[in-house]
Amino acid sequence: MKLEGRKVIALGERDGVPGEAIASCLASAGADVVFSFTECFV
Amino acid sequence: MGPESQSQIKAVADRFGTDDLVVVLGAADPEALEVAAETVTTGDPAYAGPLAGVSLGLPVVHILEPEVKEQVDPDVYSEQVGLLELTLDTDAVQTAMRKLRHEDGE
Repeated sequence: MKLEGRKVIALGERDGVPGEAIASCLASAGADVVFSFTECFV
Repeated sequence: MGPESQSQIKAVADRFGTDDLVVVLGAADPEALEVAAETVTTGDPAYAGPLAGVSLGLPVVHILEPEVKEQVDPDVYSEQVGLLELTLDTDAVQTAMRKLRHEDGE
C-alpha cells in the first residue's frame, strides 16, 4: 500500500513502537499524519 | 482502546472521510494488534467507546511490515524504530497482521 500523499493515523503503543516514532517515519514517506497517539495496552 | 483515542479517530474519520485514510499500528502484542485493528475496521470489540458499532473499515498496516518500512527514509527509520525493530518480535507482528487482514488463507 502506497502511503505517500495519504492521510494516516499513527496508532502507537507504549510496549511497542510509540505513535511519535511512527509519525516521524510516515512523514518521511510523504504521508500526511492527521493523528498520532500512543496507547497503553493492558 | 481507550474512549478518548476512539473519539479522536472518529473525529478524524468524520473530518477527512475514510476513503483516503490509513491506520499504521505500532503495538507488538498480537492481542493488542487484534483489538486495535478490529476497533478501526468493524468497531470497538468491547462495545464501550465511541466506535462501538461503528464500522470505519479503515485499511490497517504495521510500521514493522516490510512494505511500510521500504517507503520510509532509511535514516529516519533507523533513528525512530531501529532499536525496537531488533528487540520486538517482528515475525509475530507480521504474522498477526496477515492474520487479522485475512491474508493467511483463513
